Amino acid sequence: MTPTDPKRPLQLNDQGQLRHFLSLDGLPRELLTEILDTADSFLEVGARAVKKVPLLRGKTVCNVFFENSTRTRTTFELAAQRLSADVITLNVSTSSTSKGETLFDTLRNLEAMAADMFVVRHADSGAAHYIAEHVSPEVAVINGGDGRHAHPTQGMLDMLTIRRHKGGFENLSVAIVGDILHSRVARSNMIALKTLGCRDIRVIGPKTLLPVGVEQYGVTVYTDLAKGLKDVDVVIMLRLQRERMQGGLLPSEGEFYRLFGLTTQRLALAKPDAIVMHPGPINRGVEIESAVADGAQSVILNQVTYGIAVRMAVLSMAMSGQAAQRQIEQESFQ
Amino acid sequence: MSLPNPADLIAQMATALTARLQARGIDTPRFIGIRTGGVWVAQALLEQLGQATELGTLDVSFYRDDFSQNGLHPQVRPSSLPFEIEGQHLVLIDDVLMSGRTVRAALNELFDYGRPASVTLVSLLDLDAAELPIRPDVVGATLSLAPDERVKLLGPTPLTLERQAIGAAASLQESTR
Amino acid sequence: MTVSIIGARLIDPVSGLDQLTDLHLENGKVLAIGAAPVGFTAAQHIDAQGLIAAPGLVDLNVSLREPGYSRKGTIATETRAAAAGGVTSLCCPPLTRPILDTSAVAELILDRAREAGHCKVFPVGALSKGLEGEQLAELVALRDVGCVAFGNGLNSFNNTRTLCRALEYAATFDLTVVFNSQDRDLAAGGLAHEGPIASFLGLAGVPETAETVALARDLLLVEQSGVRAHFSQLTTARGAEMIAQAQARGLPVTADVALYQLILTDEALTGFSSLYHVLPPLRTAKDRDGLRAAVKAGVIQAISSHHQPHERDAKQAPFGATEPGISSVELLLPLALTLVEEGVVDLPTLLARLTTGPAQALRLPAGELKVGGPADVVLFDLNATTLAGEHWHSRGQNSPFMSHCLPGAVRYTLVDGKVSHRA
Repeated sequence: MTPTDPKRPLQLNDQGQLRHFLSLDGLPRELLTEILDTADSFLEVGARAVKKVPLLRGKTVCNVFFENSTRTRTTFELAAQRLSADVITLNVSTSSTSKGETLFDTLRNLEAMAADMFVVRHADSGAAHYIAEHVSPEVAVINGGDGRHAHPTQGMLDMLTIRRHKGGFENLSVAIVGDILHSRVARSNMIALKTLGCRDIRVIGPKTLLPVGVEQYGVTVYTDLAKGLKDVDVVIMLRLQRERMQGGLLPSEGEFYRLFGLTTQRLALAKPDAIVMHPGPINRGVEIESAVADGAQSVILNQVTYGIAVRMAVLSMAMSGQAAQRQIEQESFQ
Repeated sequence: MSLPNPADLIAQMATALTARLQARGIDTPRFIGIRTGGVWVAQALLEQLGQATELGTLDVSFYRDDFSQNGLHPQVRPSSLPFEIEGQHLVLIDDVLMSGRTVRAALNELFDYGRPASVTLVSLLDLDAAELPIRPDVVGATLSLAPDERVKLLGPTPLTLERQAIGAAASLQESTR
Repeated sequence: MTVSIIGARLIDPVSGLDQLTDLHLENGKVLAIGAAPVGFTAAQHIDAQGLIAAPGLVDLNVSLREPGYSRKGTIATETRAAAAGGVTSLCCPPLTRPILDTSAVAELILDRAREAGHCKVFPVGALSKGLEGEQLAELVALRDVGCVAFGNGLNSFNNTRTLCRALEYAATFDLTVVFNSQDRDLAAGGLAHEGPIASFLGLAGVPETAETVALARDLLLVEQSGVRAHFSQLTTARGAEMIAQAQARGLPVTADVALYQLILTDEALTGFSSLYHVLPPLRTAKDRDGLRAAVKAGVIQAISSHHQPHERDAKQAPFGATEPGISSVELLLPLALTLVEEGVVDLPTLLARLTTGPAQALRLPAGELKVGGPADVVLFDLNATTLAGEHWHSRGQNSPFMSHCLPGAVRYTLVDGKVSHRA
């Protein structure tokens, strides 16, 4: 399905364990399941009085955000803190002229601070790969979202949400609705669902918001919301950004809402126990009706809780994989 | 030296534990097994005691002291403590006590749930190889092993002990017990 | 200056010559092919046994980066790199700083090129002032100073009528216009070919129609104006088809393609290596095959390097933040020989596409070895190999072929009878 990439092992150590977390592409089903299982354990931690475990005590996690985001940033910070790591957050502003230099020099400076892990968010697709290739190999790089390419932790937290509310993936119908073209969340979700065995993945939107060749993800394309939502178990709504009205992608928010907005009536076409998800922040009245967002079938707020657990899982697994790789290398040295 | 039969040990441990709890005036202890072997021993013990009480299970993976060397254990499962820890008398049960690090991790984890009134440590076997000042309050049997030997508990039913020989390389990476 | 090249296999695509023979050069011209004239003894003898002698390569698109982009390259460094690639005549595009739209800039380039002496430089001047597509540049003045053709780079003309007028003006004086057909709006913001791979990688796409829509318009305007037209840097199979159709209709248009477009496809982008970031972008395997067929058939009669050297910083960033371009002239001949190795074309055809094809497209005095013609020769060993990067003259190290072992090795390049490169 995917363009095979000889460099994909960049994410994995010699034992196939996670050492970076850059994209879900190329990761085997067992590994994704392990992330979900580990996240389940961390959910339990989050339910206690003391929500911390000492796993990453003494480790330094650097959040390097080249793209603003309060939501993702705070959940990563929370995740690292709950693992007892020391957390530094850097909001690096990007000016169009010095983008490249800023990134390169920033990395050099951060390495000098002896961080064990970088969580990176950047507006350019491929930025996380670039960073993983250019930092010292002992530093774990976690992709907090790169351009349109991938948002692997969001993908995994969406999968955890589905697993916890629906049990599994094989017999589910999942619909992803909205601006697939610009969405890294959609890309990560499609890959994750396919890898975890979902057999009916649907993408719904106007042609202008569907990427060329989207079928390569193993999905079915619908341009009619009613048809696409019929009997689905999960509806994932994507955020529609205001800027999409320019450039001829859409005439207006109103028309989009009329055709693709998730209203109570439209939701009724799905299974009666279907769940409604959204990566947030939601645009009420644009992609989703308030009644649905706040309704009984919405698990949008749960996603946030799962997000912390998934990020705790990913941070510890990547740190663990780095430690294991050092061990392997030390032994081969002997 | 042959290995003892766990069923026999459980019977002795049940008697010893009952006596000890009575002597300290502990009426409603909370039982917690350390995954995985400790849970099996705890279940057998509770059956022997005729107690239908709820059993807590503790996974200490997040509290181990060897994360930097060995990374995350791949079989992490959530801990499950269906009762309050705060102010309670706990009976902590493990299968094989060796270096004492697992119990240390378990204690740290329990204290993150709350402040217990007391913790009574019960272990099926004590290998007399403690690296920390941790001793069982109730033990089934004390064994001495050769440096290249380990003992493993198989279960849940029937519970059996198995002796295993390990190579020098494996001993570097084996789980701390 | 007299030179005798002894025992080479001489291949000249124009005359069809392909035989073991000698070549004698005097005063910058070919004196004789075969036996030396009576009484002639050369000051310099080159033992060319086991080597192939061909006309020096003619490269229609080499960015020399001077004036204005000295971090990326200079006329001295880039013409030297070209000589190493077997090139004796090259055309540089008008994308300098200041733009090549005044005779002063053209003269500067020609002076520097002459000083360096590594390669003959035939500048392509700007079609519009500042390449802005609004006002015509002084084409005749530029021609008189030495510009051999005129183009607007990838910059569009905002107003189709203005473009049409520009073509008519050029046609008046029998000037050749070089087209880099691309629809500005369809291509805007694009980083890679719009297709499944770009979608997967999350890279903004340049659709095939960015080229074909512009090509359609440009071909019709060429027909209307009667201007001599050369279509440069084709990337789509469909575009090559359109050129073939125009040629079949009797339109005397010529075309070239970048060598790397005949070798690489957009599959190279997985892994986000900025070394593969080029504009117009690498396209699909189907496009590459279509381009190869067009080259073989002669619809595309010229292969160029599309040499764009960059300083390291320009490529040291995530894909979208890097500058497009490959430093490619230095490997022109060895990399082109991979096409022969793979059976895409035979050696004489390849040499034609690298010599007489480009020369004829822009009517350059090059690309041929004949008595009385310029003594521009490349001698190469087909049985040796080139380790890309082992010796490197270009200021730009941005080549995805670094450390590759390529077939063939350029041994001598001679310009006007003087050795410009030796290995």
